[in-house]
Amino acid sequence: MSSPQETNRSTSEVSVVADGSAQYLTFTLGKEEYAVDILKVQEIRGYDAVTAIANAPPFIKGVINLRGVIVPIVDMRIKFSVGEATYTEFTVVIILNVLNRVVGIVVDGVSDVITLPPEQMKAAPEFGATLDTKYIKGLGTVDERMIILVDIEKLMSSRDMELMDEVAA
Amino acid sequence: MSFDLQQFHQIFFDEAKENLEEMERQLLTLDLLNPDQEEVNAVFRAAHSIKGGAATFGFQDMADITHVLESLLDKVRHGELPFTSAIIDAALQAGDILSRQLRGHRDGAETSEEEAIPVITKLKALAEGKLDSTVIQQTPLVAAPPNSSGHQIRITLLAGATTPAQRDTLRFEFEPHDPALWVDAEDGSSSITLHTCSMPSDIEEILSFVVSPEHYCLETLPPLEESRPEPVAEATENLLEGEGFGFFVDPAQLKAQAEEDQGFGFFVDLPSPDTATPTPSPHPVPASPENNAGAEPGEHPRRRASDREADTSIRVSVDKVDQLVNLVGELVITHAMLAQTISRMDPVLHESLFSGMGQLDRNSRDLQEAVMSIRMLPIGSVFSRFPRMVRDIAAKLGKEVELKTIGESTELDKGLIERLSDPLTHLVRNSLDHGIEDPEQRELAGKPRKGTLTLQAYHQGGSITIEVLDDGAGLNREKILAKAASNNLQVSPDAPDHEVWQLIFAPGLSTAEEITDVSGRGVGMDVVKRNIEGMGGRVEISSQAGAGTRISIRLPLTLAILDGMSIGVGSQTFIIPLNMIVESLQPKRSEVSTVSSNGRVVHVRGEYLPVVALHEVFSIVPVTTDPCEGIVVILELEGSKVALFVDALLGQHQVVIKSLETNYRKVRGVSGATIMGDGHVGLILDVPALIQLSRS
Repeated sequence: MSSPQETNRSTSEVSVVADGSAQYLTFTLGKEEYAVDILKVQEIRGYDAVTAIANAPPFIKGVINLRGVIVPIVDMRIKFSVGEATYTEFTVVIILNVLNRVVGIVVDGVSDVITLPPEQMKAAPEFGATLDTKYIKGLGTVDERMIILVDIEKLMSSRDMELMDEVAA
Repeated sequence: MSFDLQQFHQIFFDEAKENLEEMERQLLTLDLLNPDQEEVNAVFRAAHSIKGGAATFGFQDMADITHVLESLLDKVRHGELPFTSAIIDAALQAGDILSRQLRGHRDGAETSEEEAIPVITKLKALAEGKLDSTVIQQTPLVAAPPNSSGHQIRITLLAGATTPAQRDTLRFEFEPHDPALWVDAEDGSSSITLHTCSMPSDIEEILSFVVSPEHYCLETLPPLEESRPEPVAEATENLLEGEGFGFFVDPAQLKAQAEEDQGFGFFVDLPSPDTATPTPSPHPVPASPENNAGAEPGEHPRRRASDREADTSIRVSVDKVDQLVNLVGELVITHAMLAQTISRMDPVLHESLFSGMGQLDRNSRDLQEAVMSIRMLPIGSVFSRFPRMVRDIAAKLGKEVELKTIGESTELDKGLIERLSDPLTHLVRNSLDHGIEDPEQRELAGKPRKGTLTLQAYHQGGSITIEVLDDGAGLNREKILAKAASNNLQVSPDAPDHEVWQLIFAPGLSTAEEITDVSGRGVGMDVVKRNIEGMGGRVEISSQAGAGTRISIRLPLTLAILDGMSIGVGSQTFIIPLNMIVESLQPKRSEVSTVSSNGRVVHVRGEYLPVVALHEVFSIVPVTTDPCEGIVVILELEGSKVALFVDALLGQHQVVIKSLETNYRKVRGVSGATIMGDGHVGLILDVPALIQLSRS
């Protein structure tokens, strides 16, 4: 198996198996399928008891109490403008451990853990100004499906997420 | 100073040991070529802590060494001196001696008192930058007064053997001994005759750093019967001018230094009669160990023979304690949730469950208290620094002051203790400078010559009160008002006293007639107030002209727990720190008015207070937008009051404060978060920021 990586290492490092493959957790937002490095995932839980934060951007739903730790919750559907931001008992929150912080992201559903060999990863094409691809590490293909690999550290530390006081990246 | 310091000795020993280890570790890992500022600072801090502790507990020998070490490191820290291996060596050596002294004090064992002298002189030499890395002095040269049993040594430098630069270096080295005695012979050689009790080998050792052995010769001359006062006087003069090489232990110079930096007495603590130097004439040298022994405090009367190796305390990182506090907080929350569920059950059917809950309640409360007490320290550790400070400042100001401390064993949170010492120092300095009058004035006013300054701490409810009392002149109402007017502070001339007193906390306001180095710059009181409020506390002043001033600081017992009032707006719950709340009320329709149609004020007991609607500030949909149907909470802040309009008061709690910034960022208007009884997160309002937010 791959060795655990330091969370604050450079963003290009993911859990790499001997042949260069890496493991990802895939989740859906609307009809699109996304993936994050599995080693950044702490746990998966349901969506409830969120305390709203005043004057925060709409995609920051608020904070929750995760066993005594105050954790902010980001709704990726609002952030990426995909799907519909509805909250039911099936709404899933992925708790991520990025840059020594704990952050929860709301997604429509968690699908699978996949192993992607490097040859199945393609660089993300430029979409021009309408879509920001700087948080997309690449596009992968599994069983004819396209999976968008999110550079979660870059995303979470970016200025427009407004998650941190000082932008670390 | 009447209380027994002995009880803190063990803490000091533990701490000093740790600091020494830390210092050594840092010194050993330091990269000479490119020293990390943070590492240098860490070494400095360690030395500083040891010094402070040692001086407080009367371990003068340790304080002496660390003081010199500290001044050396301070220079390095500020880039005045380069970091050399000589400095590290000397610092490590000092560390070794400190460890030995520490063991000596702890176990009551003998410490060799003169072994510290070489290190101290070496450190001093390094600090003065006069010993570069190539010239490392192993043994201090101790020159003897001419009439002592010393001997004369003549050094002759052969012609052409030395460059002028080398000769200068040598001149410099021997200068304090007898600079006048350099004699240039006609053949180009020069010689010097030293009066010293050092062995010729010591001299050779110095020389060997500068010239090679074949280029000089050394002769030992028979001791002179006749003393030659002239050169000695000159040498002494040199010393007094502060040009001493540091090879000397000069009481006068040291005394001057020690007094100058208000430090912890140097080699000789002059006020104590048994260590004072008996001869009035400046003695360049305490020549022998016997003399130097006077520099040490001698045998410690409170030495204990018992072996304290088996420590009765352990040092635990604050992180671990905080984790424990968190876990207990969780337990309390879980307990509250269980209690809520159980309250719906039938007590008769589930009798054992209810009695079990009662027991759990008691146990978890005890556990919480016990865990909190781990973070608690007696306030005596802050008070203990004042006797010395008061004495020094009083002497400087020519005042007679007696310091009384009451309630040193009152405990409060470690984090608060650390942050309390600066504001308290300010207040004590202020009282000494402005409060207590000169002895003559006091006599004229019919008061005893000696003023009294009292530091007092006690528990009151869920908070601790610390008071600084003086029996001085009291605050001068007219002067403060005049000063406030000249600073463009709005205040009516017939404002009540307590409002006038609060003015001294305004930035830039000092009523001192002249600026002294003790106080009077007008910074300070505003900083005091800000610091105290930053800790969730309040400062209050009461004063009576001619009778004195009392400044009370009220602090919560801990930073980890806050007394709060939970309030509801819309579907959300917020916590307001209880110490900000004056009262809450439901205003009558006639008491609410508008100002220029959108600003609202509420009329409470003759005052018009601006209404701040929390739902507007936080953009929440409220239950009601009419203050007469909700509640207004009157908050007091920096002497002014506002009315915070909320939907409802929910109750009063003790809440465990958690940081939002750990995983998120700072939110304006919110100082932190807590976990409510139902497991939800509740946000704690930052009242000053909230009010600013509402104004913008």
